[in-house]
Amino acid sequence: MSRQAIGVTVVLSILAALIVARSLIGDGSGRVYTRTVTTEMVEVRLPASDPAAVDEEQARQGQVVTEEAWVPVDSEEAKKYASEGAATISWTSRKNVPYSQVRASPDDEGISFSWSQTLGIWLAALLTLAIFSFLYKDNPIYKTAESLVVGVSAAYWMVVGFWDIIIPNLIGRLAPAFVEANFTPGLTDLEPQWRYLIPAIFGVLLLMRLAPKGQWLSLWTLAFIVGTTAALRMVAYIEGDFITQINATIEPLYQVVRNADGTTDGYATLWASIRQLILVVGVLSCLTYFFFSLEHKGAVGKVARVGIWFLMITFGAAFGMTVMGRITLLAARFEFLFDDWLWIIDPNKQREVASVISMITG
Amino acid sequence: MGFFERIGNLDRRWIFLLMGLAVAIPIIIIDVTGFIPPELPMPKAKSTFQTLDDLPAGSKVLLSWDFDPATEGELGPMANTFIRQCAQKGHKMYFMALVPVGAQMIRSTTSDVIGTYYPDLVYGEDWVDLGYKAGNEAVVKTLVTDFNQMFPSDARGEPLSTIPMMSGIKDLTAFDAIVSVTAGYPGCKEWVLFASTPLKIPTVVGCTGVIAPQMYPYYPQQIQGLLQAIKGAAEYELLVNDWVRRDQFRNTLLAMGVEVSGEDSMGDLPSTSEELDAWAGDHVGKGLTEAQATEVRGFASEKKAELVAPVDAPEPGLFLEAQKRMGPQLSAHILMLVLIVLGNLTYFVTRRRGGGR
Amino acid sequence: MKRTVPLIITATVGLLLIVANFVPALSELSEDGTTFFSIIAAIAFVLGGGSLLKVHLKKLSDRDRGWAYSLIVLGSFFVTLVVGLFKIGAPPNPAYPDKPWAGGYNEPGTFFNWIYEYLFYPLTATMFAMLAFYIASAAFRAFRAKNFEAILLLGTAFIILLGQTAAGPALTNWIPPDGPFAGLRLEELSAYVMDVFNTAGSRAIVIGIALGIASTSLKILMGLDRSYLGGGN
Repeated sequence: MSRQAIGVTVVLSILAALIVARSLIGDGSGRVYTRTVTTEMVEVRLPASDPAAVDEEQARQGQVVTEEAWVPVDSEEAKKYASEGAATISWTSRKNVPYSQVRASPDDEGISFSWSQTLGIWLAALLTLAIFSFLYKDNPIYKTAESLVVGVSAAYWMVVGFWDIIIPNLIGRLAPAFVEANFTPGLTDLEPQWRYLIPAIFGVLLLMRLAPKGQWLSLWTLAFIVGTTAALRMVAYIEGDFITQINATIEPLYQVVRNADGTTDGYATLWASIRQLILVVGVLSCLTYFFFSLEHKGAVGKVARVGIWFLMITFGAAFGMTVMGRITLLAARFEFLFDDWLWIIDPNKQREVASVISMITG
Repeated sequence: MGFFERIGNLDRRWIFLLMGLAVAIPIIIIDVTGFIPPELPMPKAKSTFQTLDDLPAGSKVLLSWDFDPATEGELGPMANTFIRQCAQKGHKMYFMALVPVGAQMIRSTTSDVIGTYYPDLVYGEDWVDLGYKAGNEAVVKTLVTDFNQMFPSDARGEPLSTIPMMSGIKDLTAFDAIVSVTAGYPGCKEWVLFASTPLKIPTVVGCTGVIAPQMYPYYPQQIQGLLQAIKGAAEYELLVNDWVRRDQFRNTLLAMGVEVSGEDSMGDLPSTSEELDAWAGDHVGKGLTEAQATEVRGFASEKKAELVAPVDAPEPGLFLEAQKRMGPQLSAHILMLVLIVLGNLTYFVTRRRGGGR
Repeated sequence: MKRTVPLIITATVGLLLIVANFVPALSELSEDGTTFFSIIAAIAFVLGGGSLLKVHLKKLSDRDRGWAYSLIVLGSFFVTLVVGLFKIGAPPNPAYPDKPWAGGYNEPGTFFNWIYEYLFYPLTATMFAMLAFYIASAAFRAFRAKNFEAILLLGTAFIILLGQTAAGPALTNWIPPDGPFAGLRLEELSAYVMDVFNTAGSRAIVIGIALGIASTSLKILMGLDRSYLGGGN
């Protein structure tokens, strides 16, 4: 181990020791408390909001048309319309409680320690550190975390695609009655739309890529994807990026800025005109640089060189902005570690008394 | 070995450690001291605020959360502030996402802002979560002509026909503004090219530092507001926080029977009852009539206290996130500059000595 | 058959979508096209998951180096998939509590949401946050003011890095904000660089890319560019 490596190891060990110490002193850290909330619903027959849609005949005769609905047991509607022995369903969910409240009312039996969320916070913190460990050097802990990312995100996208698109937009069109009965109650248009077989078939063809034989069939779907993307982009880019951008550039070089009383503000006019001039020169010279049909020699070469200067400034700006973005992301991760896990900081004033006192008294 | 040779051979883990400390230490200092780095709103943040402020209350605003946890640190604060401005102004908010995890971002930002600070807003009447749809620009393109075909139901599985605020929305032209908070592709560029440019809908964009430079050419012709990275978010946050305070003051006064006329007549808000008396005197003819000013000065002391109490109340931490994150930004930027200078010095010195690599 | 059908599909879909921009009567067909695209994009997620499965199952069965990591990939994949698809732990939909499948798959309280919150979120967020470290290391090792172009790049980066934080105003506060040199205040200078120089450069790039996309699209639609069909016959 080189001297530098020993130095880094020592510093990191000190940081690790501080973290362990922090989780042992005072109120500890990384804990989540929740309050259990019970929701109880009762089935009632409410006067229909749109009677004609429920029963046209009765509505025309002026009779009261009702429809079934579930309302909270303690709501006004439940008191008014619920019949004896009406069906009820109840379930519980948990709401997070800030730690200051836990401390303020230690006898409140509705509040309980949440094992699942506390474990979650610790897991999230340890995984964050596992990824950071790559900065020291590549190691099995980092590789484990990396494998988790791969597995979880692939499945995550599949689940989202299934519930957010395949069910409502595809199955909901091909078998609306089934979807209405199970997943999306209240759908009104229950006629199957058979033209949605087309994306279904294309989808199956796409999945042929995974099959041992007939992989070439997936090219048909790929052709559809490529054709759609090409057509959509061609029109939009020409309109929004080509024509409109040229339009925005070709403005008079002499930009008049007027004072409130209508007279010309000479100073401002000068600067606005210079600004416009730089803009036009910049765009034209950069475009000259991109134009490879002419050799970059002589006048063209000089203009192209100015173009390079403009592009360098653009890249410099892009670099500065990128640095800014990356640092923010790191700051957000540290905030998570310090706030949710270690309870060193408290930006949302959730632990007011607790964290400050415990920090001081230990 | 001289200083520069030693620096030149520095283990990069020392640089990592320095960067870590440059970001971590200010976070703790800012939390302990409560110090918030000063911000100066620049024109782009102002026009972002103005675009949404100019719309009358009740306007329909489409908010597309096209980002995921990877960039939440940069974009989350501006997303929260967009919701705050729209909610305070009384706009109808329609949330959707072009990236898969955007749906979760909608869930967390709405529960943080609407759930905590605007609990009176009714789901389905004041705001709706349409969730995520796959297909990138194809989604935007479909919405331009037909909303229902893309969204048979909202993210909670409610058919759109049963959601009150969806009635009358056939396509994108029904919206008065589009807000896109974007991490990359797909996102604001797709909104600009496929919706705002052809339909001429006012559009404001909040984006990461990485793509912000690419969005500049669209301003102000194709987008009317642009928040770039955490800096834009901090400026916008400051503007909205200030405005919300004024708006709440105005609303409290209205609830007490005093209607302030005119748009920008609030001046420095009073934080004590003496200041309130002076404020009322100063604003005669500037939003208040003589009679109204006398009425305000004649308020009972409890009423005055109720009026001035929120003016100095601390801002919720949620709406200071971006401004606070400018602290680590400052120290880390300075570290970057020092590193670049040191790197170059090392390079030139060692090269001159014949040891350049 | 293997190459002709895809070419016909590309040309037909493309032509239809382009013409629909100008012929309102075709707009419904074009909507169908883009809606189908959206559905296929969702099915592509299944393809993505399937491919991942294929690769890692093969690694596992071959006992390749690092097969244990493939086991972790597969394990986390299946767990996430099962809890998501079966909505494990999902509370009922309050409006239809009698329909057990009508609840949200990613509501707070579901196991899927737990995985999102405590696995997916910290992992992906930290992966991106790591870049802050590498960008610092790169700044130290790679940014050399070797020539005029590099000096321009570095100079701009300096102005932006200073001007975008409180350091800018602090360093140039002595320049009066209303005077003739107000534009030299770092925050103003950085805004000017972004608004003028960066806009000019970015605009040229945008115009160039637009032309590139338009010509590539045309070539694809006309069947001149067939690279997407893969090599060979």
